[in-house]
Amino acid sequence: MSVVLLVAVLAFAVVRPRGWPEAVAAVPAALVVLATGAISVPHAVAEVERLAPVVAFLAAVLVLARLCADEGLFEAAGSLMARLCSGSPKRLLGSVFGVAAAITAVLSLDATVVLLTPVVFATASRLGARPKPHVYACTHLANSASLLLPVSNLTNLLAFTAAGISFTRFAGLMALPWLAAIAVEYAVFRLFFASDLAAGADAGLPVPPRKAPTFVLVVLGLTLVGFAVTSPLGVDPAWAAFGGALVLGVRALVRRTTTPRALFGSTSVPFLVFVLALGVVVRAVVDNGLSDAVGHLIPTGSTLLALLGLAAVAAVLANLINNLPAVLVLLPLAASGGTGAVLAVLIGVNIGPNLTYVGSLATLLWRRILHQHDTSADLGEFTRLGLLTVPVSLVLAVLGLWAGLTVIGG
Amino acid sequence: MDVVVWIVEGTWRACAHAARTFAPPSSRIVLLHVTAPDVPGAAHGAFAGLLGRGHPERDPGHQVEELAEVAAQHLLAVAAAELDLPATAVNRHGRPEEEVIAAAEGAGLLIIARDGDRTRLGPKSLGHATRFVVDHAPCPVLLVWPEQAPGIASIPPPPR
Repeated sequence: MSVVLLVAVLAFAVVRPRGWPEAVAAVPAALVVLATGAISVPHAVAEVERLAPVVAFLAAVLVLARLCADEGLFEAAGSLMARLCSGSPKRLLGSVFGVAAAITAVLSLDATVVLLTPVVFATASRLGARPKPHVYACTHLANSASLLLPVSNLTNLLAFTAAGISFTRFAGLMALPWLAAIAVEYAVFRLFFASDLAAGADAGLPVPPRKAPTFVLVVLGLTLVGFAVTSPLGVDPAWAAFGGALVLGVRALVRRTTTPRALFGSTSVPFLVFVLALGVVVRAVVDNGLSDAVGHLIPTGSTLLALLGLAAVAAVLANLINNLPAVLVLLPLAASGGTGAVLAVLIGVNIGPNLTYVGSLATLLWRRILHQHDTSADLGEFTRLGLLTVPVSLVLAVLGLWAGLTVIGG
Repeated sequence: MDVVVWIVEGTWRACAHAARTFAPPSSRIVLLHVTAPDVPGAAHGAFAGLLGRGHPERDPGHQVEELAEVAAQHLLAVAAAELDLPATAVNRHGRPEEEVIAAAEGAGLLIIARDGDRTRLGPKSLGHATRFVVDHAPCPVLLVWPEQAPGIASIPPPPR
């Protein structure tokens, strides 16, 4: 029954009838698994206690990204990319890679998808360059460049909690996989879009110069330092994110560049509730035999081969049902394998979704059925690009992880 | 007769110049730009991949669609200024190669630019879309180099 409920919750989240928030189905489903005893009360409480700090951390990062956008950080990034490329689409791709990788790592993939993508399109088209390679780079890097820090992706925050390692250790182990994934993407993009990039950029409009918001950059820098120093002190790094969001939030409220309502809205409460409820439902599914059923399919141990196998399973599952439920299902199963196993799952669920541009086959099928506007996108081209980047990135990123584990230890 | 000039980012200027040189004085010139749905589609898709985020109004694809419309109108305006002859500007939506073929139906001439590897003469100097248009065009095609064509020395020697 829990499986049926999980499928219903995911189907609702994909379909979103009448535009209702995803939590509308997830919360009742969580209550049903609780009421029917599919999950014991202590287990449910433990799951919520485990997820609540993760969700609060995520909320702080979402607010931080919104405040950075309000202060013009993304327009400044557009102006920087235009300056760096001096009219060459190839150099523009390089600066898009740099900016998108940095923004995804620090402000999460949501910031890259929602806030950076339109700025990149505007920058490319004002320069007169073909926008496709640059916009596709944003959508790909939102996934593959979200490996570096626990804050870069909700999946990372979940794995970070499950692995129980420090913020700096996480970043240290994931630095090589992150660089490997970005390098593969860059090499493939340069070849795949060679003719678009060679077409030049002609007679665009000047990109208006925007000064970088120094105060925001300083606060972001201090927040990053905060992430690094809180862990060894035994303080939850989420406090650093709260601190950063608080400083920028109070400043914006005092200067009346935002309202309490807008700030509250940027935390996406329904999304946070959805994550909590989804966590409870998934836990019920895992408790009720999924771990036995799937357990033997999951490679164990921390040999290179086992890590590759884990990443592959995670990538496949993420492509079937979206990476958020995939990571919730796989983490309890992989946790016994130690840090290496958890991070290998993370590499799979983060890089995998680039195969299907809507995150999973389930979403893709539904959007095809609906004939939603984005299905007119060139599916064949996007999938070819994914097939060129995903398998190689997965292998090289896992190799990077394995090297990190060997050098600095799990 | 109608002369259709395909205006594409990066290579449009050569096509505008070719139209000035080769369009007969009495012809009606159509500046054609095609806005493909794939780029906004990728932005829509990336947002759909963020499961649970709700807020369809935050979908960056909508913003990209609007920006694409503005960019197309701007490019057509710049091309019209460069052409400096009476012309009609048309922006179509769809797969570029198919829209260009449809727009060229009944035209007396279609002017397009090479958009592949432009460092040497050869088949790779045509990108995918341009290749399709050359292969399927329902009218005479004028295929121009966006800049000075490479010398014939760039053709590799025949295999022995």
